[in-house]
Amino acid sequence: MSKKIVEVQNVKREFVMGTETVRALKGVSFTVMEGEFVTIMGSSGSGKTTLLNMLGCLDKPTEGNYLLDEVNIVKLSRNELAKVRNTKIGFVFQSYNLLPRTSALENVELPLFYNPSVTAHERKERALKSLAAVKLGDRSDHMPNQLSGGQQQRVAIARALVNDPVMILADEATGNLDTRTSYEVMAMIQELNEQGKTIVFVTHEPDIAAFSTRTIVLKDGKVVKDSINENKRSAKAMLEGLPVTEDY
Amino acid sequence: MNILNLVRLAIRAMQRNKFRTFLTMLGIIIGVAAVIAMMAIGQGSKQSIQASLSSMGSNMITVIPISNTRGGVRLQGSSIQTLRMTDVDAIRKMQSPDIVGISPVVSTNGQAIKAENNWPTSIQGVDVDYPDIRQLKIKDGIMFSESDVKSFAKVCILGQTVITNLFPGGENPIGQIIRFNKVPFQVIGTLVPKGVSSFGQDQDDIILAPYTSVQARLTATNYLQSIYTSAANETVSDTATKQIINAIRISHRLKNSDDNDFDVRTQAELISTISSTSSMLTVLLTAVAAISLLIGGIGIMNIMYVSVTERTKEIGLRMSIGARGIDILMQFLIEAVIISITGGLIGIVLGVSSAQAINIFMHWPILISEASIVLSFLVCAITGVFFGYYPAQKASRLDPIEALRYE
Repeated sequence: MSKKIVEVQNVKREFVMGTETVRALKGVSFTVMEGEFVTIMGSSGSGKTTLLNMLGCLDKPTEGNYLLDEVNIVKLSRNELAKVRNTKIGFVFQSYNLLPRTSALENVELPLFYNPSVTAHERKERALKSLAAVKLGDRSDHMPNQLSGGQQQRVAIARALVNDPVMILADEATGNLDTRTSYEVMAMIQELNEQGKTIVFVTHEPDIAAFSTRTIVLKDGKVVKDSINENKRSAKAMLEGLPVTEDY
Repeated sequence: MNILNLVRLAIRAMQRNKFRTFLTMLGIIIGVAAVIAMMAIGQGSKQSIQASLSSMGSNMITVIPISNTRGGVRLQGSSIQTLRMTDVDAIRKMQSPDIVGISPVVSTNGQAIKAENNWPTSIQGVDVDYPDIRQLKIKDGIMFSESDVKSFAKVCILGQTVITNLFPGGENPIGQIIRFNKVPFQVIGTLVPKGVSSFGQDQDDIILAPYTSVQARLTATNYLQSIYTSAANETVSDTATKQIINAIRISHRLKNSDDNDFDVRTQAELISTISSTSSMLTVLLTAVAAISLLIGGIGIMNIMYVSVTERTKEIGLRMSIGARGIDILMQFLIEAVIISITGGLIGIVLGVSSAQAINIFMHWPILISEASIVLSFLVCAITGVFFGYYPAQKASRLDPIEALRYE
């Protein structure tokens, strides 16, 4: 029925630091199917950042295979990897990484600039659609410094959506947000997931993992737990359950 | 990313840091403005130096019969009868574009007489090209014509010294009849005074008349003292000299083993003065230009390095969403080129207007050549590429993972 989006096969990654060899990943294997919402958890030093870089096609494994949307990443050149990032992956970062003094619309348009098959007209149309999807259609001409943290992260999500990726890869995407806005962002991600987007969310916060459909736990460069989340919580419901704060 | 988007991106990046962009440009602006202004002044003065040197007859080539040995006695050049009108015709027949004027010269000394005044001077029998070759200008009246030459007309042109001595009362000499060694000549023109030459010779103590008249009526000879020619310009002077030597050798039927029985003299000293003056100015200006633009270029490189470091995170982001190394390289390179080209354009405007201002307020001669504008513009663009390349390359080689984490 659904196809394999991510297929990680016995991936190892070693870094040579002077005379020492650091083994960050010691043979990791898992598969993510289309439409899944996977959280990858682990404490610092567990290799989750290395795995994230690998999943994001920013880095290649020393050993093993990584197939993204049935393409083996290991065999690709630097430029081919850039193209894969451009067309198949939508990144959401902890610190939003929006271009300063650049409007929300242009920030969202950015990935499409690097895709020569998208025309200027189509670029703007898709960016506006993407902003509307994160409910910021009316803020398209705002600069990042005119937006709140939650809104900035939603612009970043819109940017991740604009190239219609096979997978959204989020790196501690709620790390810089307070509880309320992080629930807002999670509600948005859950909504996207319910619309069929595959989401891989790297975090170290267990309560974020509770919103996902599946959790992979890394420790010392190995998968120690890979479980389906039977009772997924709804971020929207949680948000409604929060006490009404006194807005200033 | 296509070029148009890259240009827009670069302009936006420049707008974000307007003041810094302006400071970066300032180096280029001052450099280019200095180059344009210096070149305008330099070429202006070069041109005026050249013009004054040319008025001394720097293009002139003279042919004289060489001092020859006849039976052991060395004869004076002027008494040698080898130079003839056939030689002049031989040079004319070549129709060389390098030779623009040619005139035979027959001269003789004598007494010029007008009423009760007389003056010892010499008369030059010449052809119509002679004033142009010697850079002599007619002040009043006219130069004699080719038909005057053909008809042995008894007409003459007087130099200022002769006029002063024959017409002390200051009356108009035009139309008057003077006598030279008893032969009457009608004055049809006067020469603009040239003053004393660098060898102390009075250049205005001169009477010009058709060479035919002088030969037939005064000297009763058919040979020439010399032939005056003029090269098209200083640079073809050597070529013209060679052509003249060939023509006369053939005309004199000299065998390959024979030495020339004539001598061809150029104004070699004047020519070398001109070319050394011009080349010195050129070297000086090029040095100033190079240094100014170098400093401007280093300014660009410096700022671009700062910009790359400052925007490391942006570079990381762009790479993570699909920018290739070449996209990043082009982004920074185009920014550097736009800064240098914009600076260059402002510099050109500033340079041209300051050169004009110098011309208006200080009355220095200026010459704004299109070549100097085009050249400095090209150098600007090249400076942008050259000094922008290393920072841009640094940016394009960043590791996206590290760039993203850069704080």
